Amino acid sequence: MSLRILVVDDSRLARMSVAKALTASHPDWERLEAANADEAIGIVKGNPVDIALVDFNMPGRDGLELAAELRELAPRMPVAVVSANHQDEVLRRARNVGATFLVKPLTQKAIDDFLTEAVARLEAQN
Amino acid sequence: MTSGVPRLNALQLDALSELVNLGVSRAAASLHEMIGHQVVLSVPNVGLVSHKQAVSMVENRDVRQFIAVRESFEGPIAGRALLIFPNANGIELVRALTGGHLTLDEIIEFEQEALAETGNIILNGCLATIANMLWCSLRTSIPEVLHGSGETLFNAGITEGTDDLVLLLYITFAVHERDITGYIALLMDTSSVISLVKLLNQFIERSAGAGELQPHA
Repeated sequence: MSLRILVVDDSRLARMSVAKALTASHPDWERLEAANADEAIGIVKGNPVDIALVDFNMPGRDGLELAAELRELAPRMPVAVVSANHQDEVLRRARNVGATFLVKPLTQKAIDDFLTEAVARLEAQN
Repeated sequence: MTSGVPRLNALQLDALSELVNLGVSRAAASLHEMIGHQVVLSVPNVGLVSHKQAVSMVENRDVRQFIAVRESFEGPIAGRALLIFPNANGIELVRALTGGHLTLDEIIEFEQEALAETGNIILNGCLATIANMLWCSLRTSIPEVLHGSGETLFNAGITEGTDDLVLLLYITFAVHERDITGYIALLMDTSSVISLVKLLNQFIERSAGAGELQPHA
């Protein structure tokens, strides 16, 4: 199953790190990148996206606001909010918008586990 | 200058050191994951000091210019968190983060961005641990990269007339097999200390029971 995944992070280093992990586990997937919420919304409106990985701490709208918007635009799309800010409050807000919370720095295992679960959810919907 | 500023007793200082230690240990584990080398931490230093003393704790005879990532935090307690390196360590850190794939020109171009993200991960991890342990919620700002002397780093963003005393939580770290040393500092204005004392007392009560609480020393 070849999918399109959107990676949203204002940091190039963070996007590079996700790209490395994705290349290792899903080299055939198409990766789209955005540096902020507006770019991400523009991409999702123009192209169907299957899965999104969204940084929390970004200039402009934060990752939780973006996750809520993405869930409204594409309610079946699995979304993960990624942050080193693992405060209980942030985790609760992520759950409330229906997003998975992943702790930064992302490990290969954390990304793989999220993607495996996301693919299972997408397959169950088809 | 210290009138009206509550002092922390030995147990409160100990609890604060423990919280900072937990936060920074988690941050060190993150840094270790990012660069693949062991990160060694010092015992935390916690105290109410003047800005001048805070600067002198960071500066020494050999190193007077620094590069730092700063994030502000707000909530029941407010202040600034800084990840500070001697200026020369910036490039070495980016080299370690990127695994030696980039040329020196690319590293120099990338330095600012890579430091901001590294600082964001370390400082947010540290602040989030502290917030969770204190059962409070802190809002953190976007990271900002600063260059300059210790004085520049500690005084940037301070409004004139602000109380000269700060609560300084300070820890040094070193990366094995890499020439990288740095400091993590949390600065809180004295207006936050009253809230902090209350949160620390609740934390001590949860951890050790109400019988451990003592009047201020």
